Amino acid sequence: MTPEQELVIDNESLPVKTKEQLKKFLAEKNISDDQFAEIIERVNSEYQSTRIEACEAVGVIAAQSIGEPGTQMTMRTFHYAGVAEINVTLGLPRLIEIMDARKEPSTPTMTIYLEPDFGADRDRAREVSWQIEAATLQEFGDITIDMEDMQVVVHLNSAVCEKRKISVSTIIETAPRKIRERRHYRDFEHESDEKDAFINFMPKNRESYQNLFQLAEHVRNVIVQGIDDIERVVVRKESGEYILYTEGSNLKDVFDVEGVDTRRTRTNNINEISQVLGIEAARNAIIHEAVSTLNEQGILVDVRHIMLVADMMCLEGEVKQIGRHGIAGEKESVLSRAAFEVTVNHLLDAAVANEVDELSGVTENVIVGQPIQLGTGDVKLIAKPMN
Amino acid sequence: MSTKLNVLEHVMVPDHKIMSEEEVSTLFSTYKITSEHLPKIYHDEPAVKIIGSKVGDVVRTIRTSHTAGIAESYRLVVKRPKK
Repeated sequence: MTPEQELVIDNESLPVKTKEQLKKFLAEKNISDDQFAEIIERVNSEYQSTRIEACEAVGVIAAQSIGEPGTQMTMRTFHYAGVAEINVTLGLPRLIEIMDARKEPSTPTMTIYLEPDFGADRDRAREVSWQIEAATLQEFGDITIDMEDMQVVVHLNSAVCEKRKISVSTIIETAPRKIRERRHYRDFEHESDEKDAFINFMPKNRESYQNLFQLAEHVRNVIVQGIDDIERVVVRKESGEYILYTEGSNLKDVFDVEGVDTRRTRTNNINEISQVLGIEAARNAIIHEAVSTLNEQGILVDVRHIMLVADMMCLEGEVKQIGRHGIAGEKESVLSRAAFEVTVNHLLDAAVANEVDELSGVTENVIVGQPIQLGTGDVKLIAKPMN
Repeated sequence: MSTKLNVLEHVMVPDHKIMSEEEVSTLFSTYKITSEHLPKIYHDEPAVKIIGSKVGDVVRTIRTSHTAGIAESYRLVVKRPKK
């Protein structure tokens, strides 16, 4: 291929990927200008023929193309994502979850990538995982209920604290604060000593045993290290680097942890992605999640159908579900909305609001018995009468 | 503390760029559309804040596409509606 020919390829109005493939294919070959011209012509006509035609009902095709394979998916699958013990919802329930744009998936998980110097070393990866995994106070020492003095005594184990890279003073400071802020329990006082590494919690009401036991429960389960929403972290080596898999998801707080790669770390909570990374990232996440859910079941759906769905869901700047609370519920036409779900409500509301139906969509025109404005139905011919 | 999060560097976030007025008018005339036909993006999105665009701007996003390799798309910056 001559440089001139390469320039010709660059100037063609073809997708970038097609151009690259063409260049790669022709790179080592010796082609005459005539042959080259024919190749370009054929590629162009092939590309034109693969393009979707104007007035084609792409939505219906996408619905069929995802819907039919969907019937072959298993109803209830639990899969261990290749990682020990981390449970992820997959199959049909997961697909429904994605399309419904749930605020939180039933099994939120994160895949946390680490910065190069953390990801290469198992011990450092483990240290990062301690900063992320939620650890309760009872993991750092012994908690006893002193019935005589009506108090809860916590003896911190400094060896454990040292191993998990958290200082005794930090625990002494965070534990009472977190009980108040996170667990919303305020009826207690506390005293502590850093040298002897103990904290005493006294309930305000010194008469009631019930209060004392309630307080002990809060003290045991207060999270002093890690991120509250992340219940478990599994460290795993994959293609030469350590990756953390989590149960529970909190993208924002994980990004603040030292050693986390903020460029690759991801979660399966699409709503969270749209809030932290934006709508475009949410679109990518929907495509990625849907494709991987379908492929995991051995179902191959063309990515363009899923891209269309993701585009529709992210059209208005926030992730909207496919259904009567989202895309289908915001259609312009009354008849189209009424045909979908809760018919009477839509008709009644439309009557009260004096709504007008322009009859521009498919459903409305089928209802009233007119040709639909799709395909050949969209073309209007006006005949000039001959004199 | 780790380095401050730059949303635009994340693999899932495509490049966002503000379009100049001429670019916007050529876009509208080639597709024969007006700004209301464009997909929307909220003004308080992290990516929009970083590039510093305001309500009414058109943002060009350069996505890596599964089919075309690179695909451009356009979004109109709008105010987030109050709930």
